[in-house]
Amino acid sequence: MHMSDGLINAPTSGVFWAIAVIGLAVSFYKARQDLTDRTAPMAGLVAAFVFAVQMINFPILPGASGHLLGGALVAILVGPWVGSICIALVLAVQALLFADGGLTALGTNIINMAFIGLFVSWGVAVALRRLAQRGGVGLAATAFLAAFIGVVGASLGFVLEYAIGGAGVTSLGTVFSLMVGLHALIGIGEGIITALTVGAVAAIRPDLVYLLRGAPQDLQLRGARQPEGSSS
Amino acid sequence: MTQPTTQQGKRQAVFLIGFLLVALLVAGVLSYLASSSPDGLDTVALEGCEVTETDAGEEELTGECIAKDAADSPVAGSPFADYGVGGNSSLVGLAGVVGVLVTALIGGGLFWLIRRRSGGSSDDSS
Repeated sequence: MHMSDGLINAPTSGVFWAIAVIGLAVSFYKARQDLTDRTAPMAGLVAAFVFAVQMINFPILPGASGHLLGGALVAILVGPWVGSICIALVLAVQALLFADGGLTALGTNIINMAFIGLFVSWGVAVALRRLAQRGGVGLAATAFLAAFIGVVGASLGFVLEYAIGGAGVTSLGTVFSLMVGLHALIGIGEGIITALTVGAVAAIRPDLVYLLRGAPQDLQLRGARQPEGSSS
Repeated sequence: MTQPTTQQGKRQAVFLIGFLLVALLVAGVLSYLASSSPDGLDTVALEGCEVTETDAGEEELTGECIAKDAADSPVAGSPFADYGVGGNSSLVGLAGVVGVLVTALIGGGLFWLIRRRSGGSSDDSS
């Protein structure tokens, strides 16, 4: 879902760049409280993992493919704030080192994948947190739904940007229905990959799954999760 | 408490190394299986155009579509452009490994720098 330069006009791209920078500033501010000696290395590897899996385009229709966006994956594993930085980092590495996605377009790409898609997914995941905490199947179902809905959400980001700053060669209605239709199919793949990855991490190290840890204040209520009270 | 902490540290290291190896395997090996068809957004951008290959092996768009406005990336001449190495697209696995390591190093370093330091304790249950 990486836009090249030139699809959205320069002023619109500039505005979305500015929003992306503000968003990332907020993410950095909020991410600090989620990053510890234990979770910081994990977060770096989660970003690297998303980079790797984004390389794997899977076929969805004859002549069309899709790849993981990773918003739900990172939000569930390391939280939405750290996760948005992970996705933005992946997009920056792809744009700067691999010429994948434009530079003027990097702002819109960050907004779509690191913010819109990710936070839609996070909203779904939080709404289903009780289901996710019930066990393996519940967590997998939560991950699948969060990923699926997030991908469709991210695709609407492009529709919005095209509506504001696109040249209008293709009608907005066509862009909307094609984007949503194709990304509903991609969302199934995203859902499967996300459910498998989150399920695997949860099976080995459930303590490293941010969604299961809950918000920091929740930890007090479920103190039984901590095997040792070394901090008190 | 030092004993379990050391053991936890070991478990943590094993997990992280395993995670990195999976990422390297995906980028280095599985990437050869990736579909080369345009992704969802590119498919929409190509709507209305036909892609034909010129004699020089370059792709040409005929018709009216969003992708006609697409500009080459300013870093299109980068050695790793389009996940090749020096223009050699058969080295996508190597490009992938480089990408994973660069992302892990920048990400890990960045997150380590801005992490919360709670009085030297490595426990995050506070």
